[in-house]
Amino acid sequence: MSFGQTAELLARVQFAFTVSFHFIFPAFSIGLASYLAVLNALWLWKRDPAYLKLFDYWKTVFAIVFGMGVVSGIVMSYQFGTNWARFSDKAGPVIGPLMGYEVLTAFFLEAGFLGIALFGRRRVGDGLHMFAVAMVAAGTLISATWIIAANSWMQTPAGFTTNAAGQFVPSDWWAIIFNPSFPYRLVHTVLAAFLTTAFAVGAVGAFHLLRDNANRQARVMFSMAMWMAALVTPIQIIAGDQHGLNTLEHQPQKIAAIEGHYETTPTTPLILIGIPDDKAEVTRFALEIPRLGGLVLAHDLNASVKGLKDFPPDQRPPAFLPFWTFRIMVGLGVLMFITGLWSLWARYRKTLYTSKWLHRAAMLMGPSGFVAVLAGWYTTEVGRQPFTVYGLLRTSDSLSNIDAQAVGASLVAFIVVYFVVFGAGVFYILRTVSKTPEGEQPELTEGPTRAAGITPAQQIAEGSGNA
Amino acid sequence: MLDLSFIWAGLIAFAVLAYVVLDGFDLGVGILFPFFEDQHERNVMTNSVAPVWDGNETWLVLGGGGLMAVFPLAYATVLPALYVPLILMLLGLIFRGVAFEFRFRTKRWRPVWDWGFALGSITASFTQGVALGALVQGIKIADRQYAGGWWDWLTPFSVLTGVAVVVGYALLGATWLNLKTAGPLQAKARRMAIYAGVGTLGLIGAVSIWTPFLDPVYFTRWFQWPSAYFSAVVPLALAICAFGLWHGLTTGKHLQPFLSALGLFVLSFVGLGISFYPYIVPGALTIKEAAAPDASLGFLLVGALVLVPIILIYTGYAYWVFRGKVDSNEGYH
Repeated sequence: MSFGQTAELLARVQFAFTVSFHFIFPAFSIGLASYLAVLNALWLWKRDPAYLKLFDYWKTVFAIVFGMGVVSGIVMSYQFGTNWARFSDKAGPVIGPLMGYEVLTAFFLEAGFLGIALFGRRRVGDGLHMFAVAMVAAGTLISATWIIAANSWMQTPAGFTTNAAGQFVPSDWWAIIFNPSFPYRLVHTVLAAFLTTAFAVGAVGAFHLLRDNANRQARVMFSMAMWMAALVTPIQIIAGDQHGLNTLEHQPQKIAAIEGHYETTPTTPLILIGIPDDKAEVTRFALEIPRLGGLVLAHDLNASVKGLKDFPPDQRPPAFLPFWTFRIMVGLGVLMFITGLWSLWARYRKTLYTSKWLHRAAMLMGPSGFVAVLAGWYTTEVGRQPFTVYGLLRTSDSLSNIDAQAVGASLVAFIVVYFVVFGAGVFYILRTVSKTPEGEQPELTEGPTRAAGITPAQQIAEGSGNA
Repeated sequence: MLDLSFIWAGLIAFAVLAYVVLDGFDLGVGILFPFFEDQHERNVMTNSVAPVWDGNETWLVLGGGGLMAVFPLAYATVLPALYVPLILMLLGLIFRGVAFEFRFRTKRWRPVWDWGFALGSITASFTQGVALGALVQGIKIADRQYAGGWWDWLTPFSVLTGVAVVVGYALLGATWLNLKTAGPLQAKARRMAIYAGVGTLGLIGAVSIWTPFLDPVYFTRWFQWPSAYFSAVVPLALAICAFGLWHGLTTGKHLQPFLSALGLFVLSFVGLGISFYPYIVPGALTIKEAAAPDASLGFLLVGALVLVPIILIYTGYAYWVFRGKVDSNEGYH
């Protein structure tokens, strides 16, 4: 089952496929964990039942998303070894400990407190329960920090020497973790996760407002989501711009590919759309605005930004994919910004809960965060090619001594299993959020109830729906 | 002075052992699933492990991620050598993991996720045993890369170790259910524990007898200082655990059979450790050869020494919160 392809290409497709599926879940669960923590804190503070109902409503979704994130993440931690053994041997001494810290500081924290956070409120009391919810939220953010540090190091490596075996040897852990692109990538990624969640929650709120705009829970979640959209999208646009400046400084080839620039010209146009053709070294059908590229990329109308032809052909990333995925991401960002402004206007006019067109637009924007996150991910990862460790370790030198048949067969297995399992998961999530957020049911009667030794008195108090 | 790489070999071994005994019992519950057809019993079974399985599986991530960090060469050679069993293990763990949530989200498809839970657990357990057997029989390494074929792992010995792990996990699962449940479910689990216990002891014996024939070095390692002391103690300790298991099951104890089964696993694991030492990949890579540079070992060790005890404390707390029998009267409708 090699499909006439090389093991390298199949392994890259397999990594892209499994990481794309995996990335969707944390992008949602990072934001959702923080959202749950905020809801629970608001419930404890204001004792408004709407917050408790929303907490119970979204925790069910969180449980499904988190479970899928865990199982798809384990695949990633083993795939480095099965398919990318030479990369693991060489870069393991640097990125291995970063992932080790991710497990020790984040994964155990999330796993240890998840059961209590989801199902232990009555068992441990409000205070400890709040602590557990906060620990799960903190765990997701700590996890993001370490894995982004590892990923950023592959983009902008620093703080290392090499030894005779060709391994990267850490010399300065501070420089490794706080490598040049890390702060920008971390902020950009975490904000993206928050926005993804905001628009997903906003879409669910909008859906229920369209059915019954008096539903208090739907109003609260829609309002909270739209505040996030209005406030965080502008911050994200600034963060993205800063990340771009950083990329231009450290990975100029990637910027050239994103912009579809093959030639270096005295001033830099902005190509809005076009079809980059690496073979002909030209972007076809380019619709461009003179000098604007310089303003966007370097904040200077007279700036000249290097084109791909300034780099040796064997050090250039392919341009087509980053060019288009970047435009999809930015386009969705603009739509998010407009949605946020629209919601502010509606709030000002006091039509936030009654404007059917705003609700329809918010529903349409529900998946926007997921698409934008994936598009951004492809932009930065494809833009790193043809290297795994930028400028130092080639993708073709990273592969395991591996048989194309084995990679092809496992790729097919992953595709089939992921579509069945995660397809079912997405279906269950959609079915869960299509139910009206009334929250009258006792804590998750139809759920994997967490068992415990509890006294009969408590049992009676908790009723048959103890969870 | 104690070398960093040996401290890490001990810590990785601890992570793997923690994984084996912890995920062992919840995979064991999955292995026993087909023998319990009653829907209510199945709910109680999954709920007995639902609060803890995720934390248990995290030790597998620590074993994998940790191996990449501190023994990158072992990670980069063992994983390609075990390509097929590991991919199957991952796919098995996917089905097992999502089934916890999915089987409660659907009525029509619940049997599908129940089978996914059982077959996923069995596949993951069997392939873990196969991987162990393949490692014991040795893998070919040349020029810092795996140099063998894609089916080298498949031998009668590795199939035997695969079966041994499935039966052993079933024992852990059955004694766990004996601890966490009551009534007819507990009685049935206790009967299954007796069968699985006899099977486990027989298979431990078979693997122990077969191992020296793979490579005589395994034989000599058991009879040289200081492991000879252990060799003298281990049959006795095994006998004590076996008696504890049998006695606990026949006299209706709740905790004793589970602890005895854990003891069997710990002893087998220490035995494997003696067989391996000082190699991390038997016959091919020593602990020192495979170790990452000291800068990597030291950096992660600081964190591990501080964090692992904390992890054990709050993991223990989570177990304590959900202690006692699973309430069998909880409402599922």
